[in-house]
Amino acid sequence: MAKPRVEPTHNTRHENFYATQIDSKNITHSLFQTHHIRKPLSDSHANHMYIDPHIHMVSRTTDDYARMAAAGCVAVTEPAFWAGFDRSSAAGFHDYFRQLTESEPRRAAAYGIAHHAWICINPKEAEDHGFAREVMSMIPDFLSRPNVLGVGEIGLNRNSKTELAVFEEHLEIAARHNSLVLIHTPHLEDKLKGTRLILDAIAAHGKINPARILVDHVEEHTVRMVLERGMWAGMTLYPDTKCTAARAVDIMEMHGTERIWINSAGDWGHSDPLAVPKAVVTMRARGHTAADIHKISFDNPRAFLSQSGNFSVNAPRPTHS
Amino acid sequence: MNTPAGKPPLDRTTLIDLGFIDARAKVLDIAAFLDRLDRAPGTDAPTDFRVEAIRAALSIALDASPTRVERILKSWSDPTTEPVSHADGKAARGAHPQHKA
Repeated sequence: MAKPRVEPTHNTRHENFYATQIDSKNITHSLFQTHHIRKPLSDSHANHMYIDPHIHMVSRTTDDYARMAAAGCVAVTEPAFWAGFDRSSAAGFHDYFRQLTESEPRRAAAYGIAHHAWICINPKEAEDHGFAREVMSMIPDFLSRPNVLGVGEIGLNRNSKTELAVFEEHLEIAARHNSLVLIHTPHLEDKLKGTRLILDAIAAHGKINPARILVDHVEEHTVRMVLERGMWAGMTLYPDTKCTAARAVDIMEMHGTERIWINSAGDWGHSDPLAVPKAVVTMRARGHTAADIHKISFDNPRAFLSQSGNFSVNAPRPTHS
Repeated sequence: MNTPAGKPPLDRTTLIDLGFIDARAKVLDIAAFLDRLDRAPGTDAPTDFRVEAIRAALSIALDASPTRVERILKSWSDPTTEPVSHADGKAARGAHPQHKA
């Protein structure tokens, strides 16, 4: 499909480029602004293939799947999380896990996107230890489902003793089932302390190869400690509360591109399901090579995720139900 | 990366061309936020630790040492090291009341 092209106007600080947006019925083109870019958008730039390794598609519309596919998304992974309200029963989690392993893969496949999931009880709903254990008892059955990659996103929310105990029990489940682990680090002022508690708990547990653990939502004050312990680091591209694209590119420049990925963590809150391809635009504007861009947005997530035999960038054939 | 560790591929002048307008807008937004608070009723209320956290961060942003972002994030972080007894059910607020400049 030929894309309309806009030649940059170098007398302005910002320039507009066409981004393809597709809804379920129509293909339209709209403008979004990027930072100042000196070169015209080339054909090779137009359809960059990428993986969004952390996004909560249960909170997103089908139109978002369409836009992501148009922007080059070939695979997503979706960790179990707090869906914006506390579930009242373990059965509520069972239904959610079925949604992650049955419904979302079908919805994604309709747009050629391979969908994968991670299973856990998130730390925000884990303050009731008995309830958390009831939910955790369901995890092993779901770990055997074909699109499940491992245990996640486990971790801490407000750094409580019960959250930490539940985190350690999740680690044990992952170790027993030889699963990959995806870790949520706390928000804002709780992140530094929580990341330290998480890394210390992993070291004390000692049964999981650090190369099979990804610690997500790192920022400038936590990325180094994660990488130094041999784990993978994820940078979440949020408009306000985590990394902006510009800061994520700064972190790559300072810490390199080994064992690091970017994700949108798009969910029901203030977030952007196209954050990864927009970060790619920022990387181009900042003079990074196509090889580095491909590594951070495709090769790296594929390398980590492929440690699970269930990961593939090839979506299954669409089905109707 | 094809550039030495820590070095952006673009030179300083190009980075200024690329980022100045965006940074300018953000500086004005912060100044406008502080002006708005000054205009608002309630100036006799106790100082809000979050606003003080921003003022402290601005002094870090203006100093000549590197790693400004890392130092600001650390200054806003919970300085304690032990898990809390219970989660209070509230969301994180962006800066800790015991933040340090």
